[in-house]
Amino acid sequence: MSNSLSERAAIVGIGATEFSKASGRSELQLALEAAKAAIDDAGLEPADVDGMVTFTMESSEEIAVARGLGIPKLTHFSRVHFGGGAACGTVQQAAMAVATGVSKAVICYRGFNERSGRRFGAGRQGRTPDIPAALPTDWYAPFGLVTPAAWVAMFARRYMHEYGATSEDFGRVAVADRRHAATNPKAWFYDRPISLEDHQKSRWIVEPLHLLDCCQESDGAVALLVTSSERARDLRQPPAIIRASAQGSSFEQEMMTSYYRDDISGLDEMGLVGDQLWEMSGLRPDDIRTAVIYDHFTPFVLTQLEELGFCKRGEARHFIADGRIELDGELPLNTHGGQLGEAYIHGMNGIAEGVRQVRGSAVNQVDAVENVLVTAGTGVPTSGLILGRA
Amino acid sequence: MSELEKKKTEFEARIREFVGLPEGPPYLCPDAVNEAMIRHWCDAMGDQNPAYLDADAAAETVHGGLVAPPTMLQSWEMRGYPMHDATRLLPQNNQRKLHAAFDEAGYTGVVATDTEQEYARYLRPGDRITAETTIESISEEKATALGIGYFIVTRSVFSDEQGEEVGNLSFRVLKFKPAQEAQAAQESAAAPAKPTRIRSPYGHDNGWWWEACQEGRLLIQKCSGCGELRHPPRPMCGSCQSTEWDSIEASGRGSVYSFTVLHYPPIPGYDFPCPVGLIDLEEGTRICANIAGVEPEDIHIGMKVECMFDDVDEGLKLPFFYMVE
Repeated sequence: MSNSLSERAAIVGIGATEFSKASGRSELQLALEAAKAAIDDAGLEPADVDGMVTFTMESSEEIAVARGLGIPKLTHFSRVHFGGGAACGTVQQAAMAVATGVSKAVICYRGFNERSGRRFGAGRQGRTPDIPAALPTDWYAPFGLVTPAAWVAMFARRYMHEYGATSEDFGRVAVADRRHAATNPKAWFYDRPISLEDHQKSRWIVEPLHLLDCCQESDGAVALLVTSSERARDLRQPPAIIRASAQGSSFEQEMMTSYYRDDISGLDEMGLVGDQLWEMSGLRPDDIRTAVIYDHFTPFVLTQLEELGFCKRGEARHFIADGRIELDGELPLNTHGGQLGEAYIHGMNGIAEGVRQVRGSAVNQVDAVENVLVTAGTGVPTSGLILGRA
Repeated sequence: MSELEKKKTEFEARIREFVGLPEGPPYLCPDAVNEAMIRHWCDAMGDQNPAYLDADAAAETVHGGLVAPPTMLQSWEMRGYPMHDATRLLPQNNQRKLHAAFDEAGYTGVVATDTEQEYARYLRPGDRITAETTIESISEEKATALGIGYFIVTRSVFSDEQGEEVGNLSFRVLKFKPAQEAQAAQESAAAPAKPTRIRSPYGHDNGWWWEACQEGRLLIQKCSGCGELRHPPRPMCGSCQSTEWDSIEASGRGSVYSFTVLHYPPIPGYDFPCPVGLIDLEEGTRICANIAGVEPEDIHIGMKVECMFDDVDEGLKLPFFYMVE
């Protein structure tokens, strides 16, 4: 416990809307419903909340959420940049606010109509971005790289080349996620598992990514309530202690396109997050019984396992073979179904699953969970958490 | 080239000859800046600022006397009714000639879209203003709600009797084919406007690189401090923090470091499947660009490539990397 932030704060409430393709209501309403559910889950009142953290991409302002919930005062509000890379970073912000006494209870939230509203997968729209401030440079769109899948594909191809990984190796991640979603009634793909053959037969999106390598697009919201570990003991739910939290951005970092490093078969920023998580928590990969590994696209799950030290560089394809990351394996991943199976809520639903695994209340509960590792968006400046039992 | 395209090319060549021309000789505004016109203007605008209307009160202001509202600038040169009657404008008026060329080609509609003004000083009663107007630019053909047309920007510079600039303004109009005619024209022959590729915005830090592309040159930024080459361009060297830089022209030779082939979603303006590569240039930097001249399934990492510039859209050249045997 080299860092004073370790174990100072805990996630004491989780809340979510249903996950759908068309919520039929505003993004603000989704955020409010999730936040209210998280507060209820903790056994607190809206007036107990005095801090809020969300993503810079979030459309619902902290003050709109506060007005909606009737929260009388906020003493901390901040946002984390870089898309899904923000997810665990919001919890770190909350933990820091709580540990320093700036706030007593902080809501972290993210809600969007990402399927029925603006779809990230549709790519950048607009032919001539004539407002330079909107995008200071663009070295990719003129050549057709406008979607997250396309940006990731470039890394994935190089990874395959370096280490001999195949599309089937990526497919095993999708199969595991969908298997877990199949037994999670809240998952969009509940009761709809896939086979490796289904994965291989699914159409190309951007080579080498098939449709089933890509996460879904979802409407929904998730909120998490963070307070001090001390206070957490008196609340309704078993707390998920924040053993470690970290952010990371590395050399020549870009948003999804860090193509100018000597080697792009890794994710340097996730390595940086991992190093901090292990140091802060005093734990090692062996201490992790289950993890939620950000899965907007399957190839980066392999890369993350390597960067986090679960296996050596280039060996993830062997590590995940034979069902190791499935429910009855040694390291079940994304037991809620992940973003491929449950929903794409920018990683926040993965943190909620981490909390449930620590509480022992997950629908696909893993035995004897002491610590869960959760990661945030990949290819972007990112973040991670280790949550543990009190 | 179809007959219709040929006609369009000829028409565009004709109108573009006007860019840079003066509208006509310098125009001495008919009336000196005067209190009566100022008062009418203020009445019409509902502006009761005493600096414009009340000589005694104006004397107490920073102006020390009456001044004209700056936004009146253009009104001093307005020519009233003759503006609507071409026969009363000087025949050598280039703007009139330009509009006539548009009218002949069917772009009979005209609408003012916007103006931007800059003021150097307040005008005072008695100032005698001369306006010099230039045809500054004509856009590409645009599809608008009114119809297909071109934006024409003129710039007027206003000066006083000493020849000092007192202000200037740009004025933009749309000359268009009223939508019905445009539709008829389209039905007769022309294909709908082809969607174009997404362009990079040109800013301080990257515009020069894209401009060189339009000249068919592939540049690499070079630090003047330590000599390091870098791409993508940026204003400071990450190795020595120098903000001085130059560029070298790349040989265009390199090899494929990684690549992808885009299938979905089909973005308008691009041909699918669309191969894109990360190319390691022989100079040592890496660049993202399209790969061409090879079947997607034959692309492989390590493949030798060479850069050629292709016109992808009107006014847009992009580097393409072709396989080298």
